[in-house]
Amino acid sequence: MGVPLAHVCLPPPEAEKPWRLDSYRQRGGYSSWSRVLDEKLAAAEILDTVKASGLRGRGGAGFPTGLKWSFMPRDCEQPSYLVCNSDESEPGTCHDRDILRYNPHALIEGMALAACAMGASVGYNYIRGEFLGEPVPRFLAALEEARAAGLIGRGLGEAKVDFELHPFVGAGAYICGEETGLLESLEGKPGKPRFKPPFPAQSGLYGRPTTVNNTQTLASVPAILQNGADWFKGLGTPNSAGTMIYSVSGHVERPGNYEAPLGVSFNDLLEHAGGVWKGRRLKAVIPGGSSVPVLPAEIIRECAMDYDSLSKAGSALGTGAMIVMDETTCMVGALRRIARFYYAESCGQCTPCREGTGWLYRMLTRMLEGRAQVADLDLLLNVANNIEGHTICALGDAAAWPVQSFLKHFRPEFEAKILSSASQREAAYA
Amino acid sequence: MAGKTLLPGRARSAIQESAARFPAGRQRSAVLDALRLAQEENGGWLSVPLMDAVAGELKLPPIQVYEVATFYSMFEVRPVGRHCVSVCTNISCWLRGGGELLAHLENRLGIGAGESTADGRIYLKKEEECLAACTGAPMMMVDHRYYEHVSAEDADRIVGELK
Repeated sequence: MGVPLAHVCLPPPEAEKPWRLDSYRQRGGYSSWSRVLDEKLAAAEILDTVKASGLRGRGGAGFPTGLKWSFMPRDCEQPSYLVCNSDESEPGTCHDRDILRYNPHALIEGMALAACAMGASVGYNYIRGEFLGEPVPRFLAALEEARAAGLIGRGLGEAKVDFELHPFVGAGAYICGEETGLLESLEGKPGKPRFKPPFPAQSGLYGRPTTVNNTQTLASVPAILQNGADWFKGLGTPNSAGTMIYSVSGHVERPGNYEAPLGVSFNDLLEHAGGVWKGRRLKAVIPGGSSVPVLPAEIIRECAMDYDSLSKAGSALGTGAMIVMDETTCMVGALRRIARFYYAESCGQCTPCREGTGWLYRMLTRMLEGRAQVADLDLLLNVANNIEGHTICALGDAAAWPVQSFLKHFRPEFEAKILSSASQREAAYA
Repeated sequence: MAGKTLLPGRARSAIQESAARFPAGRQRSAVLDALRLAQEENGGWLSVPLMDAVAGELKLPPIQVYEVATFYSMFEVRPVGRHCVSVCTNISCWLRGGGELLAHLENRLGIGAGESTADGRIYLKKEEECLAACTGAPMMMVDHRYYEHVSAEDADRIVGELK
């Protein structure tokens, strides 16, 4: 294999019960947070190190984390908040679940360090409701361990630091992964995204300064502080520092979460996952969760799995969830399934998204059932184009991009499917 | 439902414990926890009187409870079977037979997605979306427990063991 796997957010495979405090400490865990409590590490140094490390948000948008933290007002009146987004629900993505299950203390220490850097005294971890069985209890047990060890709470250490951290369990809504939808949900309301501005750093939870970061982003922070910004930068490529946990799913021999340096080639990553299953040929890949544009085999084969390479290829790194499709995949059926998701999960507050996602789903259904014409493909694209950019949040764009990219790369297959379904339907009625 | 104690003592104290995680006057933030606790105590669904009891416990107008109960997919506002069975059919599972797995269970149980068996044993959840176990596709969730790489035979055994 070209590039070896790396462990920044996931524990090394040899670690025993890696979710326990003693195991995390053996790996050097809480050494940076202890320096904060001993007044040996100051907020400004944490912020500068994270800025210098080049860490970018792993939730999908890839915004520079240190810059986002610096938007929080200095020395503001408390409370101000740090919120972790563990509402993992982008189809294809399942690595935050493994951080919660296997390395919850990295997340807790990351949240503590982030809160300190921003001057926030209270944190909430918003965990999706479906994680109630295993990830939530793991996180809660780790939080109790940290509290009992004097790492979380009020008046901590010589520095008398306050950092309260609370769990929050969601109840099933993709839209709550959008940061302002998440804040609405955290306030006990339906998760309908807010207009921005004001951005959460000005007016977030309960109208207070708030920063929302993704689970993997925050779980990267302790290793950065422990090993330094240059070490982290050295793991990736110039504009894509560090590692990514790639969730490789779909038609591969060994689906799994593979943490590797950013910039790993697609081909290496596919090899880690055992290659395309059943000896079949690769047809297409959605490289960053279902919302990002699909790429056909010949394009993705040339890509490195980082922000710049995938963007240049017309897609995006997104959440690093790589959905692999083999040569037998019906692209019309795949797109219809994706379209149903956005239709089901639209919060309904913006007309283009509420109505448009239903149009997309119903039109794709008609194409599969033989009740459509080839000309309907133009209408399908027209509806997608009228959603994109016309909604409060990015769910509208996320519904449009799959349609646009599937048609861009696989239009002949759509035309053929419409015609063959229609003739099958006619034959059935003849 | 009216004759039953709508919110047992343990649910009420758990709700207050949840509310204590938020600043004074922000107890509305505890409504998701409260509805989940209430639903668990009531066989998996929320009646209007039960939602009203949650509103009373958190000192909220009932509408603020109803709008949350009807927005989130994990809340049920009509009676459902005792065990909630969800089969993911989203893209990663769809590529590895999630759709066929759901059809198999529908056939075996004699109900469609969104329906409960006549004996009240199983509720087959409607239109389940991605549950973030994509590398274990196809997968299903039974009462918050995840099962990954599920075959039709596995699914038969798992639902067969539900009481």
